[in-house]
Amino acid sequence: MQKIGVFVCWCGSNIAATVDVKAVAEAARKVPGVVFSADYQYMCSEAGQGLIKDAIKEHGLTGVVVCSCSPRMHEATFRKAVQAVGLNPYMLEVANIREQCSWVHKDMATATEKAIALMQAAVAKVTLNTPLTAGMTPVTKRALVIGGGIAGMQTALDIADAGYEVDIVEAKPTIGGKMAQLDKTFPTLDCSSCIVTPKMVEVGQHEKIHIYSYSEVTQIKGFVGNFNVTIKRKARYVDEAKCTGCGACTEKCPSRKAPNEFNMGLNNRTAVYIPFAQAVPKVATIDPEYCIKLTKGKCGACAKICEAGAINYEAKDEYIEVEYGAIVAATGFEMIDVSPYDEYAYTQSPDVVTSLEYERLMNAAGPTGGHLLRPSDGKEPKTIVFVQCVGSRESCSGGEMRGKPYCSKVCCMYTAKHAMLTKDHYPDTDIYVFYIDVRTPGKNFDEFYRRAVEQYGVHYIKGAVGKVTPEGGKLKVQASDLILNEQLHIDADMVVLAGAIEPNKSARPLATMLTASMDTNDFFTEAHPKLRPVESPTAGVFLSGMCQGPKDIPETVAQAGAAASKVIGLLAKDHLVGNPCVAHSDEWMCNGCSQCETVCPYGAITYEEKEFRMPDRTTKVRRVAQVNPAVCQGCGACTVTCPSGAMDLNGFSNAEIMAEVDALCR
Amino acid sequence: MQMNDKEWKPKIIAFCCNWCSYSGADLAGTNRLSYPAEVKIIRVPCSCRVNPMFILRAFQQGADGVILCGCHPGDCHYSTGNYHTRRRMTLLFSMLNYLGVESARTRVEWVSAAEGARFVSVMDGFVADITRLGPNRRLEDLRCKTN
Ligand SMILES: Cc1cc2nc3c(=O)[nH]c(=O)nc-3n(C[C@H](O)[C@H](O)[C@H](O)COP(=O)(O)OP(=O)(O)OC[C@H]3O[C@@H](n4cnc5c(N)ncnc54)[C@H](O)[C@@H]3O)c2cc1C
Ligand code: SF4
Ligand code: SF4
Repeated sequence: MQKIGVFVCWCGSNIAATVDVKAVAEAARKVPGVVFSADYQYMCSEAGQGLIKDAIKEHGLTGVVVCSCSPRMHEATFRKAVQAVGLNPYMLEVANIREQCSWVHKDMATATEKAIALMQAAVAKVTLNTPLTAGMTPVTKRALVIGGGIAGMQTALDIADAGYEVDIVEAKPTIGGKMAQLDKTFPTLDCSSCIVTPKMVEVGQHEKIHIYSYSEVTQIKGFVGNFNVTIKRKARYVDEAKCTGCGACTEKCPSRKAPNEFNMGLNNRTAVYIPFAQAVPKVATIDPEYCIKLTKGKCGACAKICEAGAINYEAKDEYIEVEYGAIVAATGFEMIDVSPYDEYAYTQSPDVVTSLEYERLMNAAGPTGGHLLRPSDGKEPKTIVFVQCVGSRESCSGGEMRGKPYCSKVCCMYTAKHAMLTKDHYPDTDIYVFYIDVRTPGKNFDEFYRRAVEQYGVHYIKGAVGKVTPEGGKLKVQASDLILNEQLHIDADMVVLAGAIEPNKSARPLATMLTASMDTNDFFTEAHPKLRPVESPTAGVFLSGMCQGPKDIPETVAQAGAAASKVIGLLAKDHLVGNPCVAHSDEWMCNGCSQCETVCPYGAITYEEKEFRMPDRTTKVRRVAQVNPAVCQGCGACTVTCPSGAMDLNGFSNAEIMAEVDALCR
Repeated sequence: MQMNDKEWKPKIIAFCCNWCSYSGADLAGTNRLSYPAEVKIIRVPCSCRVNPMFILRAFQQGADGVILCGCHPGDCHYSTGNYHTRRRMTLLFSMLNYLGVESARTRVEWVSAAEGARFVSVMDGFVADITRLGPNRRLEDLRCKTN
């Protein structure tokens, strides 16, 4: 039998002026199970807490109800107080008779009546409460960053600088991401590689950072503080430890027809390659699709020339398993395939390029050595048309949507950048930019765009390009000017398409492994869109960079640092104290249907084959749900979904809530 | 109706999620905005914790109206809880209609932690509607009544 104590707070006059606190305390004594009640001016004060503590000791109370302000104010205070004298902190309930009673009602009789009802409900609940203990789990002090673009690099550096070990898993042979491919960067027009390659070197040389390049994550088990990750190290056929990055092999390789990804396929590379001069790690990789030795069995030129003896045609994919306390997704973005946009003739003319290809065409380390030359005939273009929002900001009202509903955010700015950089080098070039709106809300962004218009004389036209037709070495551009309401015909030499940004294709399978949630566009979703922007709803998983949504480099770096600080906060703990108000399943009632698993937003539920001794003494193996208390956040979604009534929630159990309902309806 | 209409006050249970609606109700208090005292709040972690059984139980025990409040769609603290709520409650509404209980006796409303005034207007509206509907007798289980 429970012995409940009820403590009614006056809150000065905040409660006492509207609620007859003495009457509430008196009414409490009549409730079955209540053995003590008192009222006091300020229950939260030292003296008030002392009153509670003394009563617990004196009357051997097993449960406490405090009728006071909102539990959001002082529940933690009172829990601590009762715990100090040995009562389980979860054997306490707060009846909110201030915010939800004295402050919203004026008539004393009505307010007192309601306060008594709220007190009775709290007593009914606490009578059914059971002591709860928060679990403790140790934290593995190592972080995994998936993706080695600017986002992943910055996050890794910040975590490593705080003294924790970090591994970066990068799918490509080198870290650096898209930023390594860019020419100059808005809004300052500083050279991208000049700022990103020193970062890459810093990452490569940091004693706390280990890079797994040309690798993928294939399996993730475990939970916050204790992830177990399988990393696939793809065979690169070059021993990373031996390769000195001299590049002799790349000069000898006779297979020279592999499209060069780093230059967006604008030129070719050899089968054995180092993506670019500043690659980190600076190690060669053999492309098995183009290697003559690996496809036809002959050649072996690279093995012969390599003085370090690093080439190994027998190499196999390797799988390693590593433990981590935290995981950061930094998988970045890709540009959409613009070829379905037939009207822009991307597949019909090499002179129609994407913005990313244009970056490479302007880049001194690019396929043209930084001279802006048309891919078709190597001539300098005189007239260039830029088309913004290709595949961005589409509405689905007109049937099937080809592109994306969102704004890709960076295109307005990089198009202004492209226009200005082009004019800097080739002042006579005629440049037209077609836009829906120009969106430049960033520090120094609008000034940047206006410079393109006012100083550089770039023709900005609000309107749409209807059709691009390759004809006689030119690109005939048909467009409309929405402001002047005119049709335009431009004979262009090049057309540049600012394609929409989309998350990396590997993000969705990765999210499934992480049990992290994604939006309909496959961007990772944050735990709270305003208040927890760098955390995934899945505990221990954090978000950095474009994988969470379109953003430019400054925003990416800011978010990367924020994600790192969250990781550091987690790794700094030796143990994680859980929230004991978590779900649990009754194994005898569970039928293993998996309904709960599908609604749990955190992936807290797994299944286990368990042996049960049946009443007839036989044993039976059944599949039953198991909630991981370290992962469960206690939302209760599973409890209602469970068709067998096997799932219940600690602290908000079916019986407890029903008891409150009953008490309030009385 | 046995009772005098003037005396009769409905019994109303409001399930409020801890993160949004319960805080919205607290805010109404902090701002001293008044709503009928018939509304009694039960705190739940998320609107998706509310089993339709709780609502049926309330009707059985003599509640005249049950309102369920959660975070606005997209703002759920647990990201998707309120979507489950919305679906489940739609089902419950059709079931209530089938049982002959006016489905207007239950309602789902989204109230954020910043919407103290909205909490009050939602409650005012709900209490007015339930008062108009009168006492709920259909599901009341008289055996549940002790007196
Ligand atoms: C044409 C163009 C011009 C731009 N110009 C500018 C500019 O001037 N100024 C500016 O501020 N911003 C600019 N941006 C935006 C800028 O490129 C991005 O903000 C930035 O690159 C985002 O960095 P990130 O690390 O998030 O993504 P990314 O650079 O895409 O890096 C992601 C990395 O993760 C790796 N990866 C992906 N999936 C996996 C996986 N499953 N496993 C392992 N590794 C994986 C990728 O290989 C890549 O290395 C421009 C963008 C474009 C398209
Ligand atoms: S209570 Fe919520 S978080 Fe916990 S297991 Fe159930 S659905 Fe998952
Ligand atoms: S929903 Fe219920 S019965 Fe189904 S697996 Fe989960 S706990 Fe078991």
